[in-house]
Amino acid sequence: MANFISLAEVTCKFGDQACPFPAPGAGIFEWRAITSLNLGLTSIDITKPVILALLCTVIVSVVFLAAFARPKLVPTGLQNVVEVGYLFVRDNIAREIMGKDGDRFVPFLTSLFFFVWTMNVMAIIPVAQFPVSSRFAFPVVLALIVWFVYLYLGMKNQGVVGYFKNIAFPPGMPIGIYPLLTPIEVLSTIIIRPVTLAIRLFANMFAGHLLITVFTVSAWYLLNLTNFVGFVSVIGYLGSIVSFFVTIVLTGFEMFIQALQAFIFTLLTAVFISSSLHAEH
Amino acid sequence: MNWILAAEGAGGNSNVLLPPTYELVIGTIAFFTIFFLLSKFALPNIKKTLEARTESIEGGIAKAEKMQQEASITLAQYRQQLADARSEAAKIRSTAESERTNLINEARTEAQVVAQGVTQQANAQIAAEKSKAVNELRLDVSNLALDLASKIVGASLQDDQRAKAVIDQFIKDLESAGGKR
Repeated sequence: MANFISLAEVTCKFGDQACPFPAPGAGIFEWRAITSLNLGLTSIDITKPVILALLCTVIVSVVFLAAFARPKLVPTGLQNVVEVGYLFVRDNIAREIMGKDGDRFVPFLTSLFFFVWTMNVMAIIPVAQFPVSSRFAFPVVLALIVWFVYLYLGMKNQGVVGYFKNIAFPPGMPIGIYPLLTPIEVLSTIIIRPVTLAIRLFANMFAGHLLITVFTVSAWYLLNLTNFVGFVSVIGYLGSIVSFFVTIVLTGFEMFIQALQAFIFTLLTAVFISSSLHAEH
Repeated sequence: MNWILAAEGAGGNSNVLLPPTYELVIGTIAFFTIFFLLSKFALPNIKKTLEARTESIEGGIAKAEKMQQEASITLAQYRQQLADARSEAAKIRSTAESERTNLINEARTEAQVVAQGVTQQANAQIAAEKSKAVNELRLDVSNLALDLASKIVGASLQDDQRAKAVIDQFIKDLESAGGKR
């Protein structure tokens, strides 16, 4: 299989059997380890996603610490910008879902939103150009944390027995519907919620990155069909230009998806936490 | 720079749905680092500041309301004072008018009294002058009559008791005759 990365060095002919379109696959989400830290129990491969994840951690932490180190009554500069983000999470997610009760969870939701968003945005940052959240491990970790949090809060607020009773038998339903409702509710609350939470984020970022890569590779591949002079070459150039244009449009679309997925992830977390605070359906 | 580019075809475990352990570890560490730093250091600060801001805005509104209230109270006070002053002025004016009228009346009566006094005095004086003049005239007339009589009679009747008595009698007769008339 040809390596599309070294395509620039290969002179291909259109239709050449030795040089087919190098369609990007799952391989573009695989990374070589720079080095490996052996910690006894497990070894940590230092790969690009790992470096980017740590970079995201540093960026989010430093930006927030710098913005709110000495906050002023009348905000200026960085504080102004970060405050908008903080108020967005507080007012449009926490308070929107839970009312004033949500204020307790604003730090958790803010951390989630900005960590997820930064990981997503890495997809379009030059050189980085890889959404960290398209590595399944990161959505899985976050979904697990959310899962533990809302299960713990449910058991704490409604009692261990009460919580699971409320999940299995939602109050205020006619008895006849329980045989149908109970399996759905149990499955939904305990298994489907965290699984879909992780997969939704992962799949969106995975697909987005794959799409952008396909069109980027296409633009590059079609541009390099220069050996063949004539009509086909013109088609190649046109295809290249169209692919390049689509890449730009997709990049803009991805910017929107990145923010949207971070928002959905955080919003659903707020909804799950809210349903753990009160037994209501 | 090999690590910057994806390792397509690098082989190994290429199932994207099987997360490697080290990524799970890194992800957990990353999230909890952010959560710790934000919830311990960054967000309490901004929460306090936002509360202070809300307070200062609400405080400002309350202050403005209070000031407005005070202003309206002061305005009412000023209006009251103005009305008081006006009514006082009106009272003073009416008092002054009545006082003036009184003064004029008093002066008038006083003047009348004085005028009456002067008139009476004048009348009295006139009467006194008149009686004095009458007496003098009477004396002159009697002297004149005596002179005349003595000239006519040829004898001096002057300083004579009898002559005087005659004259007096004569005048008395004249007066009684006048009274009869």
